[in-house]
Amino acid sequence: MAHTITAKTPGVFYRKPSPDAEPYVADGATVAEGDVIGLIEVMKTFREVKADAAGTVATWHVADEDEVSIGQELVELDT
Amino acid sequence: MSILVRDPGLETTVQDTGRFGHYAIGFPPSGALDSFAYHVGNALVGNAPGAAGLEAVYLGPTLEFTTDTVIAVTGADIPATLDGEAIPLWESVAVRAGQTLAFGQLTGGARPYVAIAGGIDVPTVYGSRSTYTLVGMGGFGGRGLAEGDELVPGEDAVAPRAGRRLADDDVPTYPEIAELRLLVGLHSYRLTPDSLERFTDTAWKVTPDANRVGYRYRGAELEFVPREQPFGAGSDPANVTDCGYPVGSVQVPGGVEPIVLLQDAVTGGGYATLGTVVSVDRDRLAQTKTGDRTRFVSVDLDEALTIRRDRAAQLDRIRTALS
Repeated sequence: MAHTITAKTPGVFYRKPSPDAEPYVADGATVAEGDVIGLIEVMKTFREVKADAAGTVATWHVADEDEVSIGQELVELDT
Repeated sequence: MSILVRDPGLETTVQDTGRFGHYAIGFPPSGALDSFAYHVGNALVGNAPGAAGLEAVYLGPTLEFTTDTVIAVTGADIPATLDGEAIPLWESVAVRAGQTLAFGQLTGGARPYVAIAGGIDVPTVYGSRSTYTLVGMGGFGGRGLAEGDELVPGEDAVAPRAGRRLADDDVPTYPEIAELRLLVGLHSYRLTPDSLERFTDTAWKVTPDANRVGYRYRGAELEFVPREQPFGAGSDPANVTDCGYPVGSVQVPGGVEPIVLLQDAVTGGGYATLGTVVSVDRDRLAQTKTGDRTRFVSVDLDEALTIRRDRAAQLDRIRTALS
């Protein structure tokens, strides 16, 4: 089964908490529901993007620092 | 008698018509960015014009009501629910004590408004209940709502009643490219004629820097006419000697990324103002979001004043029809 996490707000998507940090989740990593998988910067504030299901990171649909819109698919999890 | 904030959404604030009369000492007006949605919300729930309501952006708040009341959700196209049951937008709805208002994923526009019978009882600061978050003044503690806050309804209701509905023809639509009418000036002479034309020819994209202070756009570069730096002006070609900024005025620091200043913006400074978005169309601007396209359409002063009169007449007609 697959589950796709989508953007709840528009903005700039970041996979890392800061430019020199490691990504929140590595490719192929396992996440639990509620884990932070990235940030979206909008209106000069950063909002955490949390996994709304548990699973393994399968495919990223966006790259680090991509601009995203509401509802856009961010990442697909194998659940 | 309270409304419990279960989830604040994103920068949800208490707003009214705004804080007027203090612009000269540096107070921007604040107030609902989409004044049409705000005023219609008050009319729907039977409030006097000027009662305070909630403005949210992109995400709506989750609110639990501990008392029976009447509410109306206006503004953005967003699914709204009471205890999981869909409720209509632009229509007054009865809420029973214990029910929870929540929102789904927004499909159009950017800012939902929640009007509550009686308004929201927060102290007036310099004559307004509007939140000015940059200095932490007005509204609910000078800030956006947070989980666990308790809002107290006010007593501004004239005659709350469920089932009042805005006529379909008056419900705004949010097209893919927003058109904002613009009165060119005060310093449009600083741009080359080509650049001024390019400004109105470009479908500008709203950047992530878009909030109650201002909206920043990308899409083209504009050039300024070469000049000798005047006394008191900065060295950027976009600089002029300091002046007051109209709300809605457009600046282009460095010739890239124009900014439209909104209700929480600085009241003056030293950037050339190439035009001002007419007040009525700030409502439309408030319903655009990061990534959306916007076009600026030039109008003259007579047209701008007619647009304002027409909007006032429309609101009068709506208030009469809903009363």
